[in-house]
Amino acid sequence: MATQIFSAIFVIIIGVGGCVAYFWGANKLLDLIFPSRGVSGTAAINNLRRQGLVRPWLFVGPALIILTIYLIYPVIATLWLSFFDRGGTNFVGSANYEWALRDPDLRNAIRNNILWLAVVPAACTFLGLIIAVLTDKIWWGTIAKSLIFLPLAISFVGASVIWKFIYEYRGEGQIQIGLLNAIIQYFGGQPQVWISLPLWNNFFLMIILIWIQTGFAMVILSSALRGIPEETLEAAVIDGANPFQIFWKIMVPQIWGTIAVVWTTITILVLKVFDIVLTMTNGQWNSQVLANLMFDWMFRGGGDFGRGATIAIIIMIAVIPIMIWNIRQANKETGGH
Amino acid sequence: MAVATGNSFASRFGVHIAVLVFVVIWTIPTLGILVSSIRDKDQIIASGWWNSFASSSQTEAGRLPAASTQVEKDGKFVLQGNIFGDGAKRGISAFGVKAAAPTQYPAGTSADLGDGVTLQLNADGSFVMASPKAFEGDRGQRIYYASSAPPKFTPENYQTVLFSEGIGRSFMNSLTVTIPATVIPILIAAFAAYALAWMRFPGRALLIAVVIGLLVVPLQMSLIPLLKLYNGVGTFFGVPSKTYLGIWLAHTGFGLPFAIYLLRSYIAGLPREIMESARIDGASDFEIFVKIVLPLSFPVLASFAIFQFLWVWNDLLVAMVFLGTAPDQIVLTAKLNALLGSRGGNWEILTTSAFITIIVPLIVFFSLQRYFVRGLLAGSVKGG
Repeated sequence: MATQIFSAIFVIIIGVGGCVAYFWGANKLLDLIFPSRGVSGTAAINNLRRQGLVRPWLFVGPALIILTIYLIYPVIATLWLSFFDRGGTNFVGSANYEWALRDPDLRNAIRNNILWLAVVPAACTFLGLIIAVLTDKIWWGTIAKSLIFLPLAISFVGASVIWKFIYEYRGEGQIQIGLLNAIIQYFGGQPQVWISLPLWNNFFLMIILIWIQTGFAMVILSSALRGIPEETLEAAVIDGANPFQIFWKIMVPQIWGTIAVVWTTITILVLKVFDIVLTMTNGQWNSQVLANLMFDWMFRGGGDFGRGATIAIIIMIAVIPIMIWNIRQANKETGGH
Repeated sequence: MAVATGNSFASRFGVHIAVLVFVVIWTIPTLGILVSSIRDKDQIIASGWWNSFASSSQTEAGRLPAASTQVEKDGKFVLQGNIFGDGAKRGISAFGVKAAAPTQYPAGTSADLGDGVTLQLNADGSFVMASPKAFEGDRGQRIYYASSAPPKFTPENYQTVLFSEGIGRSFMNSLTVTIPATVIPILIAAFAAYALAWMRFPGRALLIAVVIGLLVVPLQMSLIPLLKLYNGVGTFFGVPSKTYLGIWLAHTGFGLPFAIYLLRSYIAGLPREIMESARIDGASDFEIFVKIVLPLSFPVLASFAIFQFLWVWNDLLVAMVFLGTAPDQIVLTAKLNALLGSRGGNWEILTTSAFITIIVPLIVFFSLQRYFVRGLLAGSVKGG
């Protein structure tokens, strides 16, 4: 244990120190090569200009290199690999995509992903909005929000254990230690093995993600609701609008942009959902999703990189519209700056 | 936003109730594993955790003493004693002599076992078995009883999990992965963000657009090429392909777009006058960055640090692809996932391990919630 702690501290110092050393050293070096102090006027100006040309690249250089290696190159390589066989050496044309169209597992995964996409973002946004509106009206709202927000800090694996414990099944008539089955049995129902009920198990897995992400939606929407001018709401009250009219006709339209942002953020998350499915069912009982299927193909029987890459491309295609929308929004905001 | 939406008592009461229901639903799952993690491991499977403050009832089996201890009294042969012996007494609620009906008779009643044989087992464990004929054989009567044990809370599960299940080691591994994977991207992104916000150079606008585009690229797009790359580098230089350095860089890469985006939008909003007056005073970009921008950006750096810390600590996918599963590398999330497979029914181990994996994020979250929320707002309201 002690050696582990020491080696951990040692590597941490090396890693972080290396970074600091680069930025400090590279800038020092630039000042030495093109000195701007202690040299005569024109030379100093020339050197300052040269520094100005080089220094931005010293600053963005490490980021650019890492982004290229870890994101830009892999995106291109994944596209490339999706046209190759399992080892990534022989060109197979569109064979992987043809396989993707026919494969029943993949179809099942796409169906489940669509289910997830239809339910989770909507549920999180809706619940988040309701809770944001309600907690704004009571004195202990901050505490309530904090507690509902809390699952956001919990890992998907941790959350899976938490919910697996809730869904735990014991034979009928035995003492149920899983909360859900205990409640069902208390009211005279039949205990069920929830995560192995085909189709329904998807919803039991979704509940975990909804439990985690509702807090996120709540916080963002709550802050947007605070941004609605007080006068607008007061005017509505004076005009005799009831709470539901105020909610649907005044609040919701005012924060429409924020709702869209929350919705898309959760949508992207849902497309990548992996940990929950891996730990709860590993795709058994028809609960497979794309990201878990891809992981499966990456390592199954030594790995099939071609098919894995093809599944990654399918996920990417689903993300592209959101990506384009994002870049457009950002350009609009900064005016291309 | 103090809107008077129906000020009647009933509607205000309804709001309190509704929020309470949400809070209860959202907290109970976590409470369940917290309570279970400190319960005695036999009690976890004997009763639901919500009953943990009540005595839990469990069915046990025992054997009465052999015939040799019998005494003759009033023309009957009698076996007497206490099934708990000198050990701790537990309350007995019912007993039986058949495995199929272990709780056939309530405690304290006399059960007729046929042929005039009677057996009485009392709540305190004392028993009287009487028969008109002498008992025979050196194996006593098999007996089943439902005993209730008082609630028992123990730190034992934590000791087991931390020291014999390898969770303690994984905890260290998680820290080893998380700390550098949080600090390195901050440094790299801060310099890049400053350059993108305040320095003029060709290609700047394009770089910003690329960063925003990369924000939403799914991790899955990177995994296969990077796995190939790491394996290639490992083979070429004859080094292991799964290293801590490898995963730090991977997390740095995956966290950078968000880091640069978040930091740039904050740094770009710093007042221009400060930068310009510093420049007139002869400060170089490096000096401006270190002495002015970094200190002023502390809140956004803290926001990002919390994000990245939580994301790396909670990550399973990247760790499973880029780190090994040997004890010296397996992180908490991967360990917990492995335990789910190997210790599927041992809830004392699973709940305790799960609680250890979530305790650090929860502490970070509660102590630094302000920065976390600020980062969340800056990161998603502006972009997505």
